[in-house]
Amino acid sequence: MAAKEEKENKSVAVTIILLVLCLIWSLPTIGLLITSFRSRDDVNRTGWWTVVREANFTTDNYKQVLAGKNYTYVDAQGNTVTARTENLVRAFLNSVTVTIPAVVIPILIAAFAAYGFAWVDFPGRKIFFTIVVALLVVPLQIALIPILRDYMKLKLTGTFLAIWLAHTGFGLPLAIYLLFNYVSTIPRSILESAFIDGYTHFWIFIYLILPLSVPALASFAIFQFVWVWNDLLVAMVFLGTKQEVAVLTQRLLNMIGTRGQDWHLLTAGAFVSIVLPLIIFFALQRFFVRGLLAGSVKG
Amino acid sequence: MEDFEKAVRPVGFFPNLWLILWRVLIAVVVPAVSFFVMYVGFRFLRESAAPAAVIAVVAVIWGVGGVALLYFATNWVITQLGPAWRRRLQPFLFVGPAMVILGWYLVIPTLRSLFLSFFGPATKKFVGLANYVYVFSDRVMLTSFRNNLLWLVLGTGLSVLLGLIVALLAERSHLEKLSKALIFLPLAISFIGAGVIWKYVYAYKPLGESQIGILNAIVTAFGGQPVGWLTVRPWNTLFLIVILVWMQTGFAMVVLSAALRGVPKSIKEAGRIDGATEFRVILSIIIPYVRGTIITVSTTILIITLKIWDIVYSMTSGLYGTEVLASQQYKQMFKFLNYGRGSAIAIILVVAVIPVMWYNLKTFMQQEVF
Repeated sequence: MAAKEEKENKSVAVTIILLVLCLIWSLPTIGLLITSFRSRDDVNRTGWWTVVREANFTTDNYKQVLAGKNYTYVDAQGNTVTARTENLVRAFLNSVTVTIPAVVIPILIAAFAAYGFAWVDFPGRKIFFTIVVALLVVPLQIALIPILRDYMKLKLTGTFLAIWLAHTGFGLPLAIYLLFNYVSTIPRSILESAFIDGYTHFWIFIYLILPLSVPALASFAIFQFVWVWNDLLVAMVFLGTKQEVAVLTQRLLNMIGTRGQDWHLLTAGAFVSIVLPLIIFFALQRFFVRGLLAGSVKG
Repeated sequence: MEDFEKAVRPVGFFPNLWLILWRVLIAVVVPAVSFFVMYVGFRFLRESAAPAAVIAVVAVIWGVGGVALLYFATNWVITQLGPAWRRRLQPFLFVGPAMVILGWYLVIPTLRSLFLSFFGPATKKFVGLANYVYVFSDRVMLTSFRNNLLWLVLGTGLSVLLGLIVALLAERSHLEKLSKALIFLPLAISFIGAGVIWKYVYAYKPLGESQIGILNAIVTAFGGQPVGWLTVRPWNTLFLIVILVWMQTGFAMVVLSAALRGVPKSIKEAGRIDGATEFRVILSIIIPYVRGTIITVSTTILIITLKIWDIVYSMTSGLYGTEVLASQQYKQMFKFLNYGRGSAIAIILVVAVIPVMWYNLKTFMQQEVF
C-alpha cells in the first residue's frame, strides 16, 4: 500500500454520474422508509412517492410492531377476551441472543487456532492448515442434513447452543484464515522476549497476541455479525418453527407469508431489523476493509 | 520456538506416586466440574420459562463465558501435568477445538452427505445413483440448475463489475465518502429485509388501478401496460438477481476501492504521459494491478450466491420457475422429508466449488506461508 494516500483528479461530470447512480441505489430503501410511516389504507391505495403531494405520516406501524396491539374476540364459551398481538421485541432479543455468542465463540476458537498454526510447532501443522484453506469455499448446505440428524439424537434442535455451534462451525474456516494472516505477521522479536521472561504460549496469547490482533478480530466480527444477524437458512433448519426462539428474519418471513396484506407492518418490521447492523457497520467500517485485505495484499 | 521450550525441561523422570495421583485427580476433576457447570446452564436455557431478556443475558454469559472457561480449565490442567506433557499437549489446546468443530461440522458431513445421497428418503434402502438420476432429469431440478448458473454468472459478474465502476468513479468524484456510504448501505440489510424492500419496487396492480410499485408507476406513466415482474418467465429470475447485485455491489466496491488506493501513482502517470486515455489507463494498468483482489471478491460473492435462497423464498416462494438449488434442497428436506435427494443436491453444490477450491489451494501453496 502506498505510504501516502494519493488522490485522483476530481471531475464534475463523474460526480454527476455517480449521484444518479446513488439515487437509483437509495430509491428502494427510501421507499421502504417512507412506506413504514404511512397508514395501511394509504399504503394500499397510492405509491409512496405521492407523499410529496399529500404528506400524511403516522408512527402506528412502529407502535404495533414493537408493542403489539390489543384486540378482542369472543371465545367458544361466549366470553369476550382481550389479547395482544405478537410483537417483534421477543424476536429482536432472540436475534441478539443468537448473534453475540455466534460471533464471539468462533472468534475465540479461531484466534487460538490461528496462533497455534502461526507460532506453535507441532506435527501435521501444514496439512491441518491446508484443510482449513480447502474448507473456505465448502458451502454450508453440505452439513445441514447430517448435523440436523445429530441434533435430533442429542435433543439439541431448537436450542440456542445448536445454532451457536452451527454458526461457529460454518464461520471458522474464514475466521482462522483471516486471523492467521494477521497473527503470522506479528514480529517474532516480540514473542521471543516474552518467552525469555518465562511466559508460556497460553499467557503470551492472552496478554500479547489478543490485544495486538484487535483490528483483525473486529474485521471478522463485523463480517460474522452481519452474516448471523441476517441469516435465515441456518435458523430455519436448526431453530425450527418454535415461536419462543424464532429470530427476526424468521418472524419477518412469517409476516410475509401470513399477512401478505399487512405490508404496512412488514415495512416497519424490516426497518427494526436493519437498525442494529447499520449502526455496527458504519461504526466499524474501517476495520472491515483492513482485516479483509490482510490476506490478499500480503502474498 | 523449540529452543525456548527446551529451557524448561522436566525436573525428574520418576515423580513419586502421590504426585501422579494428584495429577490424575486434577485431570479428571477440573474438566468434570467445568462440564457440569456448562450442563447446568444448558438445562436452564432449554427448560426455563424466564422472561426473554433474562434468558438472553444468561445465554450470552453462559455461551461466551463457557468457552473461555473451558480454555482456561484445560490450560490449568496441562500446566499441572508438568513440562514434558505440557509441551506435547499445548498445540492441541490451541488448534484442537477448531479441528474438532471443523471435523464435526464440515469435513465429516461431506462424507456423510455423500453416503446419504445413495439412499432413499429415510436412509433405509440403498438406491444407488437413483437420486442423482432424479436430480439431473427432473424438470424443476433442471430449471434450478439453469437459474443457479444465471445467479452465479450474472449475480457475481454484475456485482463485481458495478463495484469496480463505482470504486473508480468515486475516486474521481467530489463525493467519495457519501457515495460510497450510500452504495454500501444495502449490504447491512438481510436478504429477507431486501425482499420486503423490493416487493414494493416490483409491486403489481391491474391496469386502471393506481400503481403502488415504482417500476410499474414509471411504465404506466409512459403509457405502457403494468408488468407482473415476479411472474413473467424467464425474466423474473433476472429481476431477482438485481436484488443480489443491489446488495453485493457495495461489498465489491469497498474492497476494490481499498485495493485501487494501493496502485502506485507513478505507473498511472507513466501511462498518461505516453498519451493513453483515462479509459485505457484503467483497462491496461489499473485493472491488471488489482486482479488478485478482483478474484478474491468474486470468490466471496460466488460463495454467498451459492447459498442464495432467502431472496427466492421471500419473493416468489420458488414459484413461476424461479427455483434454485438451495431452495430445492430445503424443500426436499422439510417438505418431502427426502434426505437422499437433499444430500445429492448438496453434493452437487460441493462438486461445483471444487475448481474454486483448487485455485485457492494453488495460490496458497505458492505463497509458502510456513
